[in-house]
Amino acid sequence: MPIEILMPALSPTMEEGNLSKWLKNEGDKVVAGDVIAEIETDKATMEVEAVDEGTLAKIVVPAGTEGVKVNAVIAVLAVDGEDVDKAGEGIGEEPPKAETAAPAPAAAKSEASAPVAAAPKTEIAADPDVPAGTEMVSTTVREALRDAMAEEMRRDGDVFVMGEEVAEYQGAYKITQGLLQEFGPRRVVDTPITEHGFAGVGVGAAMAGLKPIVEFMTFNFAMQAIDQIINSAAKTLYMSGGQMGAPIVFRGPNGAAARVAAQHSQCYAAWYSHIPGLKVVMPYTAADAKGLLKAAIRDPNPVIFLENEILYGHSFDVPKLDDFVLPIGKARIHKTGKDVTIVSFGIGMTYAVKAESELRGMGIDAEIIDLRTIRPLDLDTVVASVKKTNRLIVVEEGYPQSSVGDHIANQVSQRAFDFLDAPVITIAGKDVPMPYAANLEKLALPNVGEVIEAVKAVTYR
Amino acid sequence: MATAARKAPAKSKSDGKMGLSAPKPAEFTKEEELAAYRHMLLIRRFEEKAGQLYGMGFIGGFCHLYIGQEAVVTGMKMALIQGDQMITAYRDHGHMLAMELSPRGVMAELTGRRGGLSRGKGGSMHMFSKEKHFYGGHGIVGAQVSLGTGLAFANRYRDNNNVSLTYFGDGAANQGQVYESFNMASLWKLPVIYIIENNRYAMGTSVSRSSAETDFSHRGASFKIPGLQVDGMDVRAVKAAGDLATEWCRAGNGPLILEMQTYRYRGHSMSDPAKYRSKEEVQKMRSEHDPIEQVKARLIEKKWATEDELKTVDKEVRDVVADAAEFAQNDAEPDPSELWTDIVL
Repeated sequence: MPIEILMPALSPTMEEGNLSKWLKNEGDKVVAGDVIAEIETDKATMEVEAVDEGTLAKIVVPAGTEGVKVNAVIAVLAVDGEDVDKAGEGIGEEPPKAETAAPAPAAAKSEASAPVAAAPKTEIAADPDVPAGTEMVSTTVREALRDAMAEEMRRDGDVFVMGEEVAEYQGAYKITQGLLQEFGPRRVVDTPITEHGFAGVGVGAAMAGLKPIVEFMTFNFAMQAIDQIINSAAKTLYMSGGQMGAPIVFRGPNGAAARVAAQHSQCYAAWYSHIPGLKVVMPYTAADAKGLLKAAIRDPNPVIFLENEILYGHSFDVPKLDDFVLPIGKARIHKTGKDVTIVSFGIGMTYAVKAESELRGMGIDAEIIDLRTIRPLDLDTVVASVKKTNRLIVVEEGYPQSSVGDHIANQVSQRAFDFLDAPVITIAGKDVPMPYAANLEKLALPNVGEVIEAVKAVTYR
Repeated sequence: MATAARKAPAKSKSDGKMGLSAPKPAEFTKEEELAAYRHMLLIRRFEEKAGQLYGMGFIGGFCHLYIGQEAVVTGMKMALIQGDQMITAYRDHGHMLAMELSPRGVMAELTGRRGGLSRGKGGSMHMFSKEKHFYGGHGIVGAQVSLGTGLAFANRYRDNNNVSLTYFGDGAANQGQVYESFNMASLWKLPVIYIIENNRYAMGTSVSRSSAETDFSHRGASFKIPGLQVDGMDVRAVKAAGDLATEWCRAGNGPLILEMQTYRYRGHSMSDPAKYRSKEEVQKMRSEHDPIEQVKARLIEKKWATEDELKTVDKEVRDVVADAAEFAQNDAEPDPSELWTDIVL
């Protein structure tokens, strides 16, 4: 069979081109790799190489022809032993064929214009029962995080911690205190100041099957590493057709601390929540910090674990259990109520909790939901609460545009519009970089008064 | 960390390579020459076919061909043991074939079909095989260098004697994270070979226009990583360097850099007209340094194979490629339900 040489597409968007020049004549021998012609695309002049070996039997489209469709037959090649004179017979008399190849099966087109099925829903288990009589131990968030890592490192030899000052210095914020002494330098690894690099090293180790906990001294520094977090960690499972993922935890303090100004004060909850393939956890209490960090370390997916420097020293009751693991993706109803729903997470919860006690004095019974996980987001719990209270406030410290609250407001308006008795109000940090001056910093953050005012507005008080 | 303490397979103090010098090309047996010929030819024919399928519209997006550089992956593969890992950037089809990933699986991924290695969800630049220890296939220039260093970290953690072959180009060699990785790899003595495939052009920018230090084997100097320049068009030279480097890493000496001096015949991607270099330059490389022709000439000269026997090899290779292409053109697209799979476990 003679081989038909087709007009090639030489860019993702090319549909036709000009055949400017033939570099071989009819009757010439060609081998694979020989440049046989030049074509002009919309962008440039390109060379066409032969893929097969044989004799150029017939040039179907002469040099100088414009507007030659991609996949039209432009020449015929006689392979070894074929009659060169006969090889081209019957080809080229009819108009050049444009449909030799059918790269996109017809079905694909109808699929593209039809509604796309929604993502299948994953059921997430409820929190485990804490048996009655379990001793509750007052624990700081700092200790809870340390205990979670230590327990998981005892449980699984593939778990290790790496980051700046995590080992000999005992952690810049003392979250890794004592880990070096217990687990040694092989599993508690001090890195140079090199976020992009060690994030990538961590992801590579995770692809090889280890379970790294990568500590960022603050998540502000993780912007140096964000390509590895998103392009390498989050996307690989999907890009590999499920063969290879990255069981890794990126953790560290996130958001504003105190007086550290613009470059060290930013909440990344909304940023990371945008990315499919990541889980994003942002706990408030010590119990949640412990149970969710243990879950994050065991999770086969990359998990962004957002802590807060101010919360590190806060104490909460933590159940004294051998293996206290909480489900990622499940919100916690911090306090039940009937008049308004206040949704928050992380340090945002401090405003919600303080506002609630003042509201109680005004006779308003607020329900507080602590999201705990930002991705996957437990909208069911939020929607169920809104259906009960008919009012929703979301509180967070991050910037207002495209915030977590914006997303929740959008989803609630779609899923519970008829239940809303007032617009959803989202309270966020102000739309400015964090100022340094004490008074301005205070103004830039949300405050309890704003939450109370919002609740009064939606309850028409 | 004194250089003298390192166990170096070949030493020469005067060459500025921190005690190492490039070994002589390996002496190949007949079997090795024939295997190298077949493996390189498979890559060449596969890539030519991929280029053709791209021209026909079966392959979309970006498609970066490896034609001209076949000796690099082929020679390095000959130096590996079971469990050694490989990772590279987006010009990755040759690396996959060298790691024995199925030609059908690679080609069907290029055409975006369900039988592709990533079930049609990765494409040309994103393919993986845990089974074959191939870790991608990465589209972000330089990112694979930190990842490959992480593979070596895992080897060190497990003390398993395996080595990570981390490939990148002369262009990626100017990315910051490459040096962050060099620093950690040397500091922690990780078993990683940094293979810089210097094909002289980072897309359209020549090495001399992009790099203050054009001898890439020196790029590890600040991190006490020795490096060698290797004739990347000679599969025997690559194999010898690969033997030296893997031995160096397995002995616990830490990382090593191999600058493979090579050349890509085609443009950066399918839509690159390659106007930044002369036709004569390309033609000179093809006619005087072609890695496959070099092996072929030796096989004929030593009478280890006749022209006819090599034609038979060519035919067998073409059949494998034709079968892959046939499969890749006729396999079904992914089921629509695949949109939502493999996203979180």
